[in-house]
Amino acid sequence: MKTLFEKVWNDHVVNTEANRPAVLYIDLHLIHEVTSPQAFQGIRNRGMKVRRPDRTLATMDHSTPTTPGLKIVDPLAAKQLETLVNNCAEFGVELHSLTSDKQGIVHVIGPELGRTQPGMTIVCGDSHTSTHGAFGSLAFGIGTSEVEHVLATQCLLQHKPKTFEVRFEGTPAKGVTAKDFILAVIAQIGTDGGTGHVLEYTGSAIRALDMESRMTISNMSIEAGARAGMVAPDDTTFEYVAGREAAPKGAEWDAAVARWRQLPTDEGATYDQSMTIDVNTLEPMITYGTNPGMGVAVTQPVPTPESMKSAAARADLEKALKYMGLEAGKPLTGKPVDVVFIGSCTNSRMSDLRAAASVLKGRKVASSVRTLVVPGSKQIKREAEAEGLHTIFTDAGAEWREAGCSMCIAMNGDQINAGQYAVSTSNRNFEGRQGKGGRTFLASPLTAAACAITGKVTDVRTMLP
Amino acid sequence: MGHQFTTLTSRVIPLPVDNVDTDQIIPARFLKVTDKNGLAEHAFADWRQDPAFIINQPEAQGCTILLAGDNFGSGSSREHAPWALTAWGLRAVISTRFADIFKSNALKNGLLPVEVSPEVHAQLMAAREQSASVEISLDLESQTLTAPDGSKITFDVDPFAKHCLLNGMDQLDYLVAHKSEIEAFEARTGS
Ligand code: SF4
Repeated sequence: MKTLFEKVWNDHVVNTEANRPAVLYIDLHLIHEVTSPQAFQGIRNRGMKVRRPDRTLATMDHSTPTTPGLKIVDPLAAKQLETLVNNCAEFGVELHSLTSDKQGIVHVIGPELGRTQPGMTIVCGDSHTSTHGAFGSLAFGIGTSEVEHVLATQCLLQHKPKTFEVRFEGTPAKGVTAKDFILAVIAQIGTDGGTGHVLEYTGSAIRALDMESRMTISNMSIEAGARAGMVAPDDTTFEYVAGREAAPKGAEWDAAVARWRQLPTDEGATYDQSMTIDVNTLEPMITYGTNPGMGVAVTQPVPTPESMKSAAARADLEKALKYMGLEAGKPLTGKPVDVVFIGSCTNSRMSDLRAAASVLKGRKVASSVRTLVVPGSKQIKREAEAEGLHTIFTDAGAEWREAGCSMCIAMNGDQINAGQYAVSTSNRNFEGRQGKGGRTFLASPLTAAACAITGKVTDVRTMLP
Repeated sequence: MGHQFTTLTSRVIPLPVDNVDTDQIIPARFLKVTDKNGLAEHAFADWRQDPAFIINQPEAQGCTILLAGDNFGSGSSREHAPWALTAWGLRAVISTRFADIFKSNALKNGLLPVEVSPEVHAQLMAAREQSASVEISLDLESQTLTAPDGSKITFDVDPFAKHCLLNGMDQLDYLVAHKSEIEAFEARTGS
């Protein structure tokens, strides 16, 4: 009796020795411009090649502009992007550069191209690699030294993590989305609640979600401290993968699906830890602090330092509230915001854009708010435009941008200013994450769109039909 | 050749803040480099703009041990975080808990993450509060931390990372040595 994680792990162990980490085989290695230059230089210094260019896929996303025309104004970013082009050419790695019509955020294009498949091991020099676990793959972020290891050997040295079942049961109320599910989990267990564990998301509420929502949840596993989050593959998964560019075809497809059907956790298998969330009781969530664990239901007051259990937690909260310029004990609703950002590897897919558009349609964003809608990939941009979503956004007064990480990371020209408040559909509200001195409230695309219209933190449920 | 770590004795920099994420250790706008150099000045770049921040104080200069709060190094996987900390001069961080990826990155860069109990942490913090000149010693071979009062505390280290650090061994060499197993795996699984 094994869990999903154990099955995928066991299938990829090349070697184990006492007192040594396992040598784990990696099926897919995703690369981007920020965390790879030093790794390519490392294998070059050793006179090595990329062992499996066919299992390596590169894109540009973090330091790329998202302004129409894609003009790169920052010389350092330009050099970083050029370095990636040169490295991929030298080592024979497939790259989706700014001129490719498949370019996009690394965690968006992997699934979109069908490269992400159930049962795989997937790594990338980026902590949100956990996104791909939505397909029942074991996917986690690695450092640049490890990027070098995988480039050179297609393997990683890994200690076997523990397992943690996060079960979602029930049916969410209107206005409550996958983003709210995961923000609620992190608010409950904290940003280190999953440290040393791989989360597996289970339960009827997960089964009812589409793949994009499952990706939103897996994406933020790292914000709970877990390196990976997984969802057992099912028909929803297979339907999503079927027919995509890199998906198996014909008889190979049938064989693959038969294999993937063996992956779900066996009846009676046990986890090292478990928790259950009743999604019936969930409300739209929003964060108030400087880590993703500092979140509440949008109608609830920001906690007071006095209500914290430990002195350290009290100090942590006081520091956060000072940075955020917020008063404890009051709900965030009504708090004026300056910027709304709809995008990132958490929430930039078609269903996210459709959700935002459903609120923005026929309305105008508040004149005091700058609203950015940034699709996760060029493919999504085309699809959204074919559906006419872009005109809903621009008619409402929002900016419709090119694909990329954009304001999620503020290293590409898109950022908020010191002191400004942003409601963002991204995944991190750390100090300065979206621009030095900037303050971030994390929320779902529905909530973000509602805030854009009112210019204040808003409970989206008041605006739904 | 990898990074080596055997023993260390140093005054300490207290940073009693929990959940210090890697965006604080080095903000993303400094990640546009294509090498590992020149990151020292970007360590805690935003917090350093406050003249009162500990790293700016004279007593922090020359320290090689950071006494940090709980859950140090969460968030982004950027290895630029340990690169920046080691470039600044740090060789060890003491905390009650480290984020997984940060710990793994630190160990590959000769930056020793030392996990201690909340009680020991409080004791060390108190000793540092009493005097900025107190020293802590670390011995990797015996996995012991010697507190300012002379008491000895053992800490856990992954045996493989320890082996690599003591011998200055690069972990990639270990993987490369498994070439035949990797080839056999690929052949067996049709990978
Ligand atoms: S969108 Fe944000 S979190 Fe996602 S890969 Fe880009 S920078 Fe990282």
